[in-house]
Amino acid sequence: MPFTSRSALPGFHLALGYALVYLSLIVLIPLAGVFFKAAELSLAEIWAILSSERVLGALKLSFGTALIAAALNAVFGTLVAWVLVRYDFPGKRLFDAMIDLPFALPTAVAGISLTALYAGNGWIGQWLEPLGIKIAFTPVGIIIALLFIGLPFVVRTVEPVLRDTEKELEEASASLGANRWQTIRLVLFPSLLPSLLTGFALAFARGVGEYGSVIFIAGNLPYVSEIAPLLIVIRLEEFDYAGATVVAAAMLVIAFVMLLVINGLQAWSNRHKVRNQSLALPVQGGKP
Amino acid sequence: MSAVLSGKASHSAVTESASVRRLLIAGALLFLLLFLLLPLMSVFFEALRNGIGTYVEALTEPDALAAIKLTLFAAGIAVPLNLVFGVAAAWAVAKFEFRGKTLLTTLIDLPFSVSPVVSGLIYVLMFGASGWAAGLIADTNIQIIFALPGIVLATIFVTFPFVARELIPLMQEQGTDDEQAALSLGANGWQTFWHVTLPNVRWGLLYGVLLCNARAMGEFGAVSVVSGHIRGETNTMPLHVEILYNEYNFAAAFAMASVLASLALLTLGLKSLLETRHGEALSQSHKH
Repeated sequence: MPFTSRSALPGFHLALGYALVYLSLIVLIPLAGVFFKAAELSLAEIWAILSSERVLGALKLSFGTALIAAALNAVFGTLVAWVLVRYDFPGKRLFDAMIDLPFALPTAVAGISLTALYAGNGWIGQWLEPLGIKIAFTPVGIIIALLFIGLPFVVRTVEPVLRDTEKELEEASASLGANRWQTIRLVLFPSLLPSLLTGFALAFARGVGEYGSVIFIAGNLPYVSEIAPLLIVIRLEEFDYAGATVVAAAMLVIAFVMLLVINGLQAWSNRHKVRNQSLALPVQGGKP
Repeated sequence: MSAVLSGKASHSAVTESASVRRLLIAGALLFLLLFLLLPLMSVFFEALRNGIGTYVEALTEPDALAAIKLTLFAAGIAVPLNLVFGVAAAWAVAKFEFRGKTLLTTLIDLPFSVSPVVSGLIYVLMFGASGWAAGLIADTNIQIIFALPGIVLATIFVTFPFVARELIPLMQEQGTDDEQAALSLGANGWQTFWHVTLPNVRWGLLYGVLLCNARAMGEFGAVSVVSGHIRGETNTMPLHVEILYNEYNFAAAFAMASVLASLALLTLGLKSLLETRHGEALSQSHKH
């Protein structure tokens, strides 16, 4: 039913006014300050800071590890979402609830527990160390931490789409002679792709800026295992506000671009969902 | 009808064989065990490694108690403020049509895309020693950075979107029919809001508050930048964990971490309870 007179409700100006003032004071004005501060520098100065070997190394590390972790999460997250939606097994409810653990567990707690696990004397590290595999205090440790942090993003974006996918589409595909693998590859995968990419982008965006879970396990060696957010903290502690601000501004610009990409992907994903449902409609005819 | 027919005709073509199924379940569970459950278990194991005596001692020493108090205080301010904002923003966005609505909802989510370290940095740039807004507080005795107000501000920033992003879709789904009925029966605006809208969204509100509170109590990066790390004064629980860990006082660090982990588990438990008991009263994305 269309809402013919939405504006009949009172309180619009009060609610919107309050929301805008609060949003401006807490978020918009403080964030804008980063760019004002960066604008005090000349372009040459900004470039000198950004192109310094240490800053470039930190940015490359943050992006590279976030990219690898998000890609791994896309694979394992989809597997987990698939198993949780499609199959039944004991403890399924518990595992499903546990997916959100990385959202709820403070990052510092995740950081020290992962470090304890993967250090040379840890539960996992003690088995890997004799094989010559070092994880804690190397860039691989950063990937492990980001894998932990990013997992729910993929599972929680893929899961609902997988649950809503009409079984009839798969049945139609099978009845037309496709084998299971063809159905998954040609029917299911295309309908999952938008949400999979959204989850990937969310995990990636979170990974680039992640701090708490990473700094304990990373080793924090300049040029090797020093992430960009840590470099901002180090610059601040040296009272090099300009250096901190320029790196922060660069990360903010990248975060805004990611936000636009994610919004676009979500819009695509929603369109896809609607199309899928209308596609499935004729097949649903036999349902009560 | 069609589902029954095709289901019978080609069962194996719409699901995987039992062995593939078992393999996928085993793979997913192994992944979750290794990357989610093991880190969680190790927190409690490490915390109790030196016995219950050390555990209790670590949590009852004055600095630990001060950290717990500060965390409760910061969350106690940040959560209610973001709750009021969330309700106001959702009322404006969900119940009215206006230009720039999409932009507003994107801006509300902005703090989620910002690195925690940058979320702290923006307030240092604003109110720090040479901050651009330092003049505002120069004549007063108020210190914001490296003091309580900074910690509260950073906590508000990182938990900003939680309540709003839960309420907006929920209130959009509910439409304005109930409110319009109340108004036409003679209720005034506030009565409608208190007796119609608020009861309609109470479970969604609780859900948002739950997630907001978990993040408020667990935030590390943003708070770390503005805190100044003064023991017993400006250390929150996650910061206390870091300090103890860096002093190689692992048992005490994990003891405090285990309290935060228990809080995370409690949050997850309540969250699943809300999803199963009151799923129909939550926004679409959380219905199970």
